[in-house]
Amino acid sequence: MNFEYAAAPESRSVVKIDPEYGHFINGKWVKGSTHFNSINPATEEILSRIALGTASDVDAAVKAARNAFDKSWSKLSGRERGKYLFRIARIMQERAREFAVLETLDNGKPIRESRDVDVPLSAAHFFYHAGWADKLEYAGLETTTAPHGVVGQIIPWNFPLLMLAWKVAPALATGNTVVLKPAETTSLTALLFAQVCQQAGLPEGVVNIVTGDGSTGAAIVNHPGIDKIAFTGSTDVGKLIARAVAPTNKSLTLELGGKGANIVFGDAAIDETVEGIVNGIFFNQGHVCCAGSRLILQESIADEVLEKLKRRMEKIRVGDPLDKNTDLGAINSAEQLAKIHELTAAGDAEGANRWTPSCALPDKGFWFAPTIFTGVTQAHRIAREEIFGPVLSVLTFRTPAEAIEKANNTPFGLSAGIWSEKGSNILWASQQLRAGVIWANTFNKFDPASPFGGYKESGWGREGGRHGLSAYLKGSAK
Amino acid sequence: MSGRLEVMKTYKLYINGAFPRTESGRSYEITSKSGEFLANACLASRKDLRDAVVAARAAQPGWAKATAFNRGQIMYRIAEMLEGRADQFAQEISLQTGVSAKVSMQEVTDAVDLMVWYAGWSDKLPSLAGATNPVSGPYYNFTVPEALGVVGVIATIDKPLLGLIEAIAPVLVSGNTAVVLASSSAPLSAISFAEVLATSDLPNGVLNILSGQQSELAPWFASHMDIDGLDISGLPEADRAAVKEAGVENLKRISAFAKTAEPGRILAFMEAKTIWHPIGN
Repeated sequence: MNFEYAAAPESRSVVKIDPEYGHFINGKWVKGSTHFNSINPATEEILSRIALGTASDVDAAVKAARNAFDKSWSKLSGRERGKYLFRIARIMQERAREFAVLETLDNGKPIRESRDVDVPLSAAHFFYHAGWADKLEYAGLETTTAPHGVVGQIIPWNFPLLMLAWKVAPALATGNTVVLKPAETTSLTALLFAQVCQQAGLPEGVVNIVTGDGSTGAAIVNHPGIDKIAFTGSTDVGKLIARAVAPTNKSLTLELGGKGANIVFGDAAIDETVEGIVNGIFFNQGHVCCAGSRLILQESIADEVLEKLKRRMEKIRVGDPLDKNTDLGAINSAEQLAKIHELTAAGDAEGANRWTPSCALPDKGFWFAPTIFTGVTQAHRIAREEIFGPVLSVLTFRTPAEAIEKANNTPFGLSAGIWSEKGSNILWASQQLRAGVIWANTFNKFDPASPFGGYKESGWGREGGRHGLSAYLKGSAK
Repeated sequence: MSGRLEVMKTYKLYINGAFPRTESGRSYEITSKSGEFLANACLASRKDLRDAVVAARAAQPGWAKATAFNRGQIMYRIAEMLEGRADQFAQEISLQTGVSAKVSMQEVTDAVDLMVWYAGWSDKLPSLAGATNPVSGPYYNFTVPEALGVVGVIATIDKPLLGLIEAIAPVLVSGNTAVVLASSSAPLSAISFAEVLATSDLPNGVLNILSGQQSELAPWFASHMDIDGLDISGLPEADRAAVKEAGVENLKRISAFAKTAEPGRILAFMEAKTIWHPIGN
């Protein structure tokens, strides 16, 4: 009997992509001076031409945001501000399919994920924060109710729309205005979001979107008219930004890299755990800062888990991201694919054992098969550096204390996973792990009400929940 | 002139519950406002700072693991010990800074009261700063604040005792350990305060006190890779940018504060940890 799936592609007719885009500044489309291609990473087809934001584009956006802050946005009551966010949430829900297809085309992630995770969570983020706008006086001990003013936001390519929502929703709810730069390879859903702002009747200049590359980001970071910077991306770039901001009065939040430990204790429920491991590292092609990229197995069950994991990985469907059956889509860019190749080659060279299931990869586009490395030691680069791809490094342990020591042996501290059927063990391990998000008997779950962010070199501050909101309000401490 | 020669105190550093001299063998003269010799304070070196960080790191897990009730009691005990020696501290402040006896006594009683205020936060702040989060799904999700780890403190210069207490109390109460650089010009109160700690059941290494020069030590506080957070309230504005820049190497949490008593000073050196678990049977 043949259990192969028939292709079930989602239609792309629901989206209309312009051949060229400008910036969204002061509620209007502004032509760019130069442009670069945005491609579909699954096919290398050119989707559109994106404007490369210059310092003067950023300056215009900051002026528009300042003007909006002074003239309209800061004059509105929280209740009225919140109503705009509710409108945005509703329009995103109404246009959910359009957003999902566009995200998948531009990013390469499976439609199943953009449809079921990215887009609904993005809308939920606006809905959640809408309700905060008129309740800021209850937002906590450490904050006032005063917004910073103009906020510069720079977001990554792994969850383009969701990261926009994580940034823009709390900024608007607290009364800030925004200059946002989407990632170079994934601008399209942000540009569609600009249309949502127009449909919602958001006052002009409250949200400004300037597309571009690192130079555009630098112009935002260094602009003297910006009061706060929020960045999600690599730890290296985060540190550059932090150094640039250090001599200024700008406030700064950072969501940076990770090397999440996913610890499996001997008493774990193996089948659920295997699903959790797969979700932890192969969700979104492993382009996830909080991915469970280091699997730390207790020796007593290591062989059984690895055998079942390999069997499960044989069932992962890699291919057309628009196919509703697809589990693992395209790597977002040639650059990222090269980085994954470089690090996995280091894994081979340093003596770890590579295993991949037998899966065919499409000829065009950027692809990497789901991969695990066993025999990994803590000194290996693949155990220390963020690969940001569908690559899992497997280590083992004997005692719980050894598991914790290995898990914490990293400069990062974003996420960790615990698999165990014993409540007291889970709570003990949760206390010991130096990470901002702990998933116990689950992994890669996100919610607007749940604070997200890292310890150590994984960042500054939180996003989501009451804790995330406080980043967009002036502190009570100076 | 009396017939008895006073037995003067030797002011040393306070590291890991002991009173060592600086390994550098250096000292600097502390004088009264009118220029009269008071003591030779240790001029702490980079190596002393590193030794202090090692002690603070070793002490941190145990201090954080102590119950909040226990931490609160120990901090209250510090206030008790300070109160009992109020006269001595007042006199020492007046000697160093030239303020009147009334003003220096006010500083001491303010310091005692502030220590009591912060002590009481130990088992209350986590209730206010934590949360259970209503996520959309069958998960129990909660956020707990945790101590950051090892915090460096550069204490304010002008109030030798109060400037110390207002910085260290909020750092310690949550379970952090600390290395503090006392007021450079008036460090004697901080070293005497170490004597208070030594009789307060504070575990060794939880608070380590250095005397020395800001200009020499601040850059090493900033770049030390095993210091997680830094209170730079005592640094002049002009010197803060360089410290913030150097602190980026390990993304230190760096803050400066204007107010003496506020929960924000505690929260600045805490991390929020969020835990998810499925609900089901």
